[in-house]
Parts: sequence; structure tokens; C-alpha cells
Amino acid sequence: MDTQTATQPAKSGAAGAAEFPGSDSRKFNYFEPKGRKATHYEDMTLDVQPDPDRYLLQDWIINFPDGTPTYSKDWTRVKAADWHKFRAVDQEWEKTHYQRQSTICGTIQNVIDNGRRSGAVGRFDKSWVKVLADHVGAYKHAEFGLGTSLMQAQRYGFTQMINNAILTNSSYKLRFTQDLTLYLGEIGLDIEGGIDKDAGKRNWLENPIWQGTRRAVEEIMGATDYLEQYVAINIVFEPLIGELFRSGFILQMAAAHNDFITPSVVSAAEGDYERNLANCVELIHVLLNDKDYALHNRIVISEWIEKHGKLCLAAAVQLQPIWSQPRVKVASFTEALEQARNRLRMICAETGLAAPSIVA
Amino acid sequence: MAAGLTLNKITSQKGISIAEATSRVADLGWTPTYVQEAQTFPTDYKISKVPRDPMKQVLRSYFPMQEEKDNRVYGALDAALRGDMFRNVEPRWVEWMKLFLAIIPFPEISAARAMAMVARLAPGEELRTGFTMQMVDEFRHSTIQMNLKKWYMENYIDPAGFDITEKAFGKCYASTIGRQFGEGFICGDAITSANVYLTVVAETAFTNTLFVAMPSEAARNGDYALPTVFLSVQSDESRHIGNGHSMLMAMINDPSNHQLLERDLKYAFWQNHAIVDAAIGTFIEYGTTNRDKNKESYVELWHRWIYEDYYRTYMLPLEKYGIKIHHDDVSAAWDRLVKKNYVHKIAQFFAVGWPVNFWRIEAQTDKDFEWFEHKYPGWYAEFGDFWKWYARKSVPGETNILFDQENGYVYPHRCWSCMCPCVIREDFCVGEVDGKLYTYCSEQCKWTHTVAFQAEYEGRPTPAMGRFKGQRIWEDCYHGWDLADAIKDLGFVRPDGKTITAQPHLRFGPKDMWTLDHVRGNTLQSPLVLLREMSLADREKHVAQYRAGFKINPCNGSCSCRH
Ligand SMILES: [Fe+2]
Ligand SMILES: [Fe+2]
Ligand SMILES: [Zn+2]
Repeated sequence: MDTQTATQPAKSGAAGAAEFPGSDSRKFNYFEPKGRKATHYEDMTLDVQPDPDRYLLQDWIINFPDGTPTYSKDWTRVKAADWHKFRAVDQEWEKTHYQRQSTICGTIQNVIDNGRRSGAVGRFDKSWVKVLADHVGAYKHAEFGLGTSLMQAQRYGFTQMINNAILTNSSYKLRFTQDLTLYLGEIGLDIEGGIDKDAGKRNWLENPIWQGTRRAVEEIMGATDYLEQYVAINIVFEPLIGELFRSGFILQMAAAHNDFITPSVVSAAEGDYERNLANCVELIHVLLNDKDYALHNRIVISEWIEKHGKLCLAAAVQLQPIWSQPRVKVASFTEALEQARNRLRMICAETGLAAPSIVA
Repeated sequence: MAAGLTLNKITSQKGISIAEATSRVADLGWTPTYVQEAQTFPTDYKISKVPRDPMKQVLRSYFPMQEEKDNRVYGALDAALRGDMFRNVEPRWVEWMKLFLAIIPFPEISAARAMAMVARLAPGEELRTGFTMQMVDEFRHSTIQMNLKKWYMENYIDPAGFDITEKAFGKCYASTIGRQFGEGFICGDAITSANVYLTVVAETAFTNTLFVAMPSEAARNGDYALPTVFLSVQSDESRHIGNGHSMLMAMINDPSNHQLLERDLKYAFWQNHAIVDAAIGTFIEYGTTNRDKNKESYVELWHRWIYEDYYRTYMLPLEKYGIKIHHDDVSAAWDRLVKKNYVHKIAQFFAVGWPVNFWRIEAQTDKDFEWFEHKYPGWYAEFGDFWKWYARKSVPGETNILFDQENGYVYPHRCWSCMCPCVIREDFCVGEVDGKLYTYCSEQCKWTHTVAFQAEYEGRPTPAMGRFKGQRIWEDCYHGWDLADAIKDLGFVRPDGKTITAQPHLRFGPKDMWTLDHVRGNTLQSPLVLLREMSLADREKHVAQYRAGFKINPCNGSCSCRH
């Protein structure tokens, strides 16, 4: 019956086994790559979250009871002519994310294990152990609050690129808060009398030194604008409080108190932040150069930075007494704070924003 | 303490126990006092009780464990290429992956987004940590599947359809059902969507057919890549099922939740059945070339995974909390699969609409007929002629089967709820909401739209419940369009600008391929638009006729196909 020998199926299912229209169309062709060629990250990410303005023919098909669709541009005050312009600078997709996170986990675990094995924890200065228990213990809650804020925020973005950048940011923060938590638990095993495991939370909830920071974090947790959360964390909180405490205090003070382990644990967060900052700066840059809403966005984002800047700077100033608690005072709060303010100025300059009044 | 090193110390350093670690991590949260967190994704449920046994894991062990899994996946993909997998892969199978992999990354990433909705409702931080891991898992699933798809595109004989994948997802008349699936996870009442629909039903019941049954069939078709990726995906699923169950247990003791839970279990089970069985049933039964009579058919798999494992061992035990389980719907779903040929009719529908798809569907042949008749007695009498017609009409120049008058197929209505075609004619029904007429595949789906997705349920206000919106009927988008123009508008055209992306066969020669010119001159119509235009009397007549069904004409005589 078969008269069409030419129509026999090809023998191989491999690329190149036959030539016909489309047989060499081997690239995703539905988006404009940022560079000359699409990156693997772009291939993994773009248009997975659909958009009625692009290919979502039937529009969003479920609404919230107030008529808001599954994704809405109104979930932030910022506006964009094209929400799809942003690309994460760190280009993360699952493989790179797990590789990086796993490497950090392995490194930290090694440092802690080797340090403990060599008896290093027992040589920590006593005053320093209390600082770790009270203040690293308190600070871990700040990281937790930011991590869960970002976990919330990753539901709201209008594109996959924005939401995935926020998601990985959340993942980094939540890993770090757990790093600190487990680290304190582990070194506690090597310290006579252990480490008061409730000291951190007590300080976080009650010590006046930390109340400004807690207020600043709760302000971010309570914000209902996801981009306000993302910007407040990366542009404001991180330089003014995060780096101030991590780099300006822990990394500088630890060695003088015979502690070579804590800096390794903490510096992972500085590496995380560089990447998250780059992503956030890029997003702001895109929004400030939007063809329709550049000025509007500048006003809105500046307002956020002003608002959270005030809270965070006040919180930072309240942290000052911590610098005088370790026995050896090798770092000065004033210098650390000046550096933090400078950092904020530099970040603003990089995004093209004017520095907020608190550092102007 | 800082005493000298001993070998013993090196080899067995004491750490903190996993219980201690998780309890410390669980203590990271606090109740804000300066600023309250807004309840941005509301629910009508009350969540009170801290769940008893949330999963115990911390991120420090989670990330290395996942990276290790990834290494195995990527190693296996490399090995598949070295072993020339694509020389022996069955194109019939890979073609369906164009549809499956277009759909699935969106529901996956939606599951990640859903974690935001349940995280703030989680009673206890241990459960929230579980949701955190699930969020990152789902990010993993979405992008690892995109990677697999790109890999097929680069290595499979016909990349067309993979190359437009996410665009196609948003436009295609078949992937539309996957959008209902994904959006269902993230819109409306936070518990209804992100807990009951996503986890308690989709993940707990249906991921086994998706991620376990599918891979077995892939392997039978020479595809070793899909099993590697999807079994790895499935290995994260027990964690998600645990999260969902913990959340469920945090609500189930409060009788005021029972009414809502019964509503949502009914909606979620029925809709998951309608959508997942339509898609996965078709892939497994019609996307395979393996006709081993000893292997389980889709309904046999369903009986094992859904009926035994889910219904009997997961759902039934909920009765002891006072939850009414919808036994009727479980047996109705079973009947739809076994007695009413749901999967076969869906496959027929996908085939009939091939020009507005973006992958190739080849005709079923004698070898397939034999297997179907063996597994589903009576199949041949109902579907044999259809597939003969389909083969005959697969040659360019023939009338496109969608508009062919000879074969007797009648294009179905769409269901406003599950968005699947109303292929079981006798169950077709209509309903009205706010004075507007809608069509449904079944009474259950009618209930979902007219009763469940409303501001009030059985007299109780449900202010958090979502609404069905948008252009839910795909056919409405192209009512009155010429088929060729619709295909162009969809973007389902190959790079030469005229050859159609989809083809009704697996013949890879350029001469065998349909172009826009072959289908021009046929006008698409939306059955719902036509129905709404009818007078009341005509409408009733139409519904009665529709429910009576149609019969495929015998496909005899001279024929260019192989039967
Ligand atoms: Fe998943
Ligand atoms: Fe999942
Ligand atoms: Zn339906």
C-alpha cells in the first residue's frame, strides 16, 4: 500500500539526520538577548513567567477577589515601559546556584571543623566569646528577617528575571542566617560552660543597642512593595548595617581576639552581597533609564532610600557600644561608620541616584 | 579544652545533632513589634496549631546534597550524548516533549512563588524552613527543565517547536491547560492555591504520574535524559509532600476549616485529574512506540498511583478528622478514564487540531491499534477509523483534518473550569454566572466555577477566594480567522516563513511538509461564541445533539496511508 518511499521516517533521530525547513533552528528565538548571543542564563530564564503584553494570548486566567490578576504591575510603585529588560548580573540558574551555595557550605564546614580540631575555639578571648554570643547571635536574626522578606518579595515581580534574582538573594540570606546559627552552636561545644544560646535572641528583642536595627528590619518585612524591600535591603541596609557589622566589626576585630574562624564564616556573606548588590544596581539602572518612567522611578526609589536610610543610619549609630565591648579595640566605630556612609554614596553614584540626605 | 590533638579527635569530632540544629534554626523567627507584616495573600482558613513533625534539615546539608544530585544529572546528559542517544530515540516521543516541556517550567516556578504565600502562614519556623528549601527546589526544577529542553533542541533531528518554546506555551491551544495548572498554584486564597491545589493534591497525588510514570515511558523510547532529570526532580517531591501535609495538619483540627477543605479537595482533585490525565495520559499512551502488552497502561498506573497510593492511603485517613471525602468524584474520574475513554478522546482532539500546535503528531498504526484494543477493549471500534483518516489526511494537499467533512469528527466545546475540551459528550453541560453562559466538561467543573470560585460558599462568605478570568476559551481568540492567518499570528511557522511548525506525521523530507498555503481558506470558529448567539430553543437543541455525540465514518477504499 505504501507508495511513498520518500516519506519513510528518518532512521536516526539525531540533529543533522535530515534537512528540511527549520532543521537548523537550534536557538530559542522568542526574546532579544542582551548581548550579541543569548547566555545560558537567559535561555533558562526569559519568558518562563509569561506576560500578556508578550505571548500570553489568553491573559491571566485567574484573579484575586479584588480583580488583581495572577501577576500585576501594580505590586510596586515603580513603573517600566519594558519590564523584561533586566538581566541578573550574576546570571544564576539552578546549576550555578547550587554549585556556589554548596561550595560555601563546604568551605565553612571545613574551616569550622579544622579550627575546632586544632582547638582554636578554646583560644578565643573570653570577652570576644561574649561578643559572639550576644551580637553575632543578635545579628543572625536581622539576616533572617531580610531573607524571609525576600522570600515574600520573589512572588511579586513582573518577570522571571526579577523574581529569580530576588529568590537567589533570599536563598543566600537564609543560608547565611543558618550558617551563623549553626556556627554558634558548634563552637559552643568547645567553650567551657558553652555559649548561652538564647543570648542572641534576647539581645535582638531587648537590648537597646539592637532595637534600631530590629525596627529597620521590621520596616522592610512589613513593606508591601516588593521592590521597596529589594532596594531597601541591598542599597541601604547592607552598606549601613550589614557591612558595617560584618566587615567593620567582626572581620576587623576577630583576629585580635585569636579568632580566625568567624571571619571565614562571615566573609561568605560579603561575597554573596557583592553579587546581590550587582543585580540590584543593574535593576535600578534599568529603571532609572526607562524610556517612559525614568523620572517617576527616580523619585520613588529616592523616597525609599531616604526613608530606609534614616532608619538604618539611626540603627547603625545605636550599634556603637558594641565596638567598645571586645578587650582589644583595634577598630573604630567612627571609621567603620564613615566607610559605610561612603559605601552608600558610591552605590548611589553607581545606580545614578543622588545620595540620600543622611550621607549627602 | 584546647588539649593536644588525638586521632580520635580528628576522626570523630562531636557536632551538634540535627535535632538541635533544626531547633536553633527554628528559633530565628520572632513576632515583630515595631511594624506588623501585612497579610498580603489572604486566606479564609484559620491556621493555629503548630504542626507536629515538620521535616528536619538545614541548608548546610541541603545545598551539597542537591549539588550532588545535579552532578549526576549533568553527568548522565553528557553520557547520553557520548552514547549517541539521539540516533536511537523515537521521534514520536520527543515530539510530545515539545508540548510537555513547554508547559512544565511555569508550574514549577509557580510552585516557588507559592512558597511566599504559605511561608507567612506557616505556624512554626521549622515548617517555614521547609518552604524555603521547596522554593529553591522549584527554582531548580524550572531551570533544569529549561536546560533539558534546550538540550533536546540542540541534539534532536527537528528542533522546530523547541525553538519557540516559551512563546508557544503562552499561545498554544493545548498548553492552555497547563497555564490553568500553574496559575492555580499562585492565585486566589493562599491555602486553596499554594497548599491544597499545589501540594495536597498536585504534588502528593499527581507528581507520580508526571515524574515517575513518564520517565519509564521515555526510557522505553530510547530517551534516557528525561528519566535522569525527572527522577531527580521527583526526589525533591517527598519533602514538598511533607511540607504540605504539615500545613494541612495545622488546619485540620479546626472544624471551621472543614467546609473549605472539602470544597478545595474536591476542586483540586477533579481539576488535577482533568488536566494531568489529559496531558500525561496522552504522552504515555500516544507518545510511545513501545507496545509491550505486559507493561501497565495509563489507567493501570493511575490505579496504582492515584487510587491506591493517594486515595486509599492519603485521602481516606483524613476522614478520621471529620473531613468528608468525595468518593464519588474519585470513582467518576476512574470511570472517565476506563469507561469513557477520556485520554483517547483528548489525544484525538490534540491530533485534530495539529495545525495550531507546535509539534508533530504522527498517526497511530496497526501495531498501536492492537495494543490499544488489548488494553482498552472496544478501542478499535471507536478510534480505529479516526486514526486511519488522520493518516490519510496527513499528506499535504489533502483537506486539513480539522475541516475535513468526510471523517465525521465534531470539534468540541471547551470547559470554562479545567480548560480542557469537553470530549466526553454525554457529560457536557452549561451554566450561567452573572447572566453569562458558560460551557463545562462535567458537572464537577461546572460546580468549580459556579459554586466554588465565588465570594460565598454554602452561605459562608469566602472573601479570599479567587475568580476565573481572562480569555479562558482559546477558540474565542481566533473566532472568524482564517486558519493560515491564525497560525502566523501564533508564530507557529518555521524560519522559512511558510512551512508550518507542526506536522501531522514524522516524515522529515521537505516535500512532505505542510505550509500555510495548504491550510489557507478555512475559517476557525469558537463553539462558545456560536452557542451564545443561539436562541434559547436552538441552544437546548444544540446541547442535546452535542451530548448525543458523533460517529467517525468508516475509512475505507483507496487511501494513501498504510492501512
Ligand atoms: Fe517541582
Ligand atoms: Fe514540588
Ligand atoms: Zn472541566
